[in-house]
Amino acid sequence: MRSVAVVGASLAGLGAARALRAQGFDGALTLVGAEPHPPYDRPPLSKAVLLGTAGPADLDLCDPADADLAAEWRLGVPATGLDRHRRSVLLADGTEVRADGVVVATGALPRRLPGPPLAGVHVLRTREDAAALRGALTSGPRVVVVGGGFIGAEAASACAALGLDTTVVEAAPLPLAGVLGAEMAAHCADLHAAAGVRLLCGTGVARLLGTGRVRAVELADGRRLPADTVVAGIGAVPAADWLAGSGVAVADGVVCDGGGRTSVPGVVAVGDVARWRTPGGSVRAEHWTAAVEQPAVAVRNLLAGATVAEYRRPPYFWSDQYGVRVQFAGRRAPGDTVRVVEGDPAQRSFAAVYERAGAAAAVLAVDRARAFTRLRRTLTA
Amino acid sequence: MIRTCHLDDLPPGAVLRVPADVPIAVFNVDGEVYAIDDTCTHQDASLSDGWVEGRLVECPLHEAAFDLRTGAPTCLPARRPVRTHAVTVHPDGRVEVHVGVPAPGSGAGVAAGAAERGA
Ligand SMILES: Cc1cc2nc3c(=O)[nH]c(=O)nc-3n(C[C@H](O)[C@H](O)[C@H](O)COP(=O)(O)OP(=O)(O)OC[C@H]3O[C@@H](n4cnc5c(N)ncnc54)[C@H](O)[C@@H]3O)c2cc1C
Ligand code: FES
Repeated sequence: MRSVAVVGASLAGLGAARALRAQGFDGALTLVGAEPHPPYDRPPLSKAVLLGTAGPADLDLCDPADADLAAEWRLGVPATGLDRHRRSVLLADGTEVRADGVVVATGALPRRLPGPPLAGVHVLRTREDAAALRGALTSGPRVVVVGGGFIGAEAASACAALGLDTTVVEAAPLPLAGVLGAEMAAHCADLHAAAGVRLLCGTGVARLLGTGRVRAVELADGRRLPADTVVAGIGAVPAADWLAGSGVAVADGVVCDGGGRTSVPGVVAVGDVARWRTPGGSVRAEHWTAAVEQPAVAVRNLLAGATVAEYRRPPYFWSDQYGVRVQFAGRRAPGDTVRVVEGDPAQRSFAAVYERAGAAAAVLAVDRARAFTRLRRTLTA
Repeated sequence: MIRTCHLDDLPPGAVLRVPADVPIAVFNVDGEVYAIDDTCTHQDASLSDGWVEGRLVECPLHEAAFDLRTGAPTCLPARRPVRTHAVTVHPDGRVEVHVGVPAPGSGAGVAAGAAERGA
């Protein structure tokens, strides 16, 4: 393999570039990124950046050693297509990058609320999104966060910390129940109320009201919530449209085997855009750690031209909200029994283990990092 | 500034988080006592909650590892060393942490050299 193009210059793309060089690839390396910025870290966007305790410089992922990557950076130019017969990545400016191997690392794009665009309605994925939202929070005291998942909860937590009147709207009966199971999700839902944030569950958003600028959120049951600012935290869709017609199979993410190889030889996919086969089924991980760890595996398989390595580590993510740190690792399934093994949910500090057939399948900790660190090691791949 | 603790509270394998201007993590690894800044240099996590393996502590948030002797990170995502602090263990079990005084042999925060020696 004499040339590789990495498409998507963020966490997973940078990791792929580093892995290529670390694994001895000495051919031409090109990184293509739609954003004008060098790679930066997203988790602080909904935490320290919203709170104003971190600025853009704190997010940089590159370090001086990355000059040794000897890569050509094509930033600010999205890829628009992949021509596998000509082995070429097509770019929006009409140019193309010829490459024997391609790493797809285009991540995901935030889902937006339906309806015409209105001022005051925000998503949270990029540096610009975070800056815009932070700026908007001074424009009025009432914030409605749509979606009670991790990003929604973190945004609500930051708004509450900034003294804003905050409401979270969640369509499901309980936020995060699918991830944590109902019992543990209920403990996390309690964090909202303890911080004075209203959590409205079981009702979706019907529409946004306002002309030009949002005025209120109308729920499916007719209730109207006045809002100066609306934050949509309703998930993200894989940024895989540019692969249409390329032969690379996409089904809610780029379909990969257990080692990141796609349906097209010489093309691998990593990070939020990728759906890997795992011991827990076919999964789009959408977590920081997967985006960090998948690239070394995928690059190995890309360079080998075969799947010689698989990624089997149990998934892990964390979330900081309302002054506590939530950490979760493993694969929970319906029917697991869950047991608090340390601490007390009422004190907002506990660790719980999900068990299946007598073995630990997953572990959850709220402000119990030391216990979590130990229990995580009892999980089997 | 000197902070003290006692070996009775710090048996081998144990770790203490000692409050100071910036909190300090004090580790007892097989009878050797090490003191480093408690806060990871990557983002906000407490290294006293980390996993100790040999002379390395792994951060509980994103698994950067630091050499307890030198403070140097041995892998990403951390890039900067944590400060080390000199430790005196008295015969009566009193442990003195000399806050701000680098541990002897730590390379006084010369990250690159420390990383090599610590590896
Ligand atoms: C606000 C926020 C908070 C988060 N908090 C946490 C957390 O606390 N814990 C946790 O585990 N995870 C968290 N995550 C998830 C984590 O940040 C992601 O899993 C990670 O960023 C995925 O990295 P990636 O490189 O795969 O994708 P991305 O970071 O999405 O990067 C993809 C890049 O590809 C670019 N791109 C897209 N299309 C194209 C194209 N056609 N051509 C060229 N470039 C393209 C994009 O512009 C982007 O720069 C958070 C995410 C967000 C947004
Ligand atoms: S905070 Fe320690 S590795 Fe990230």
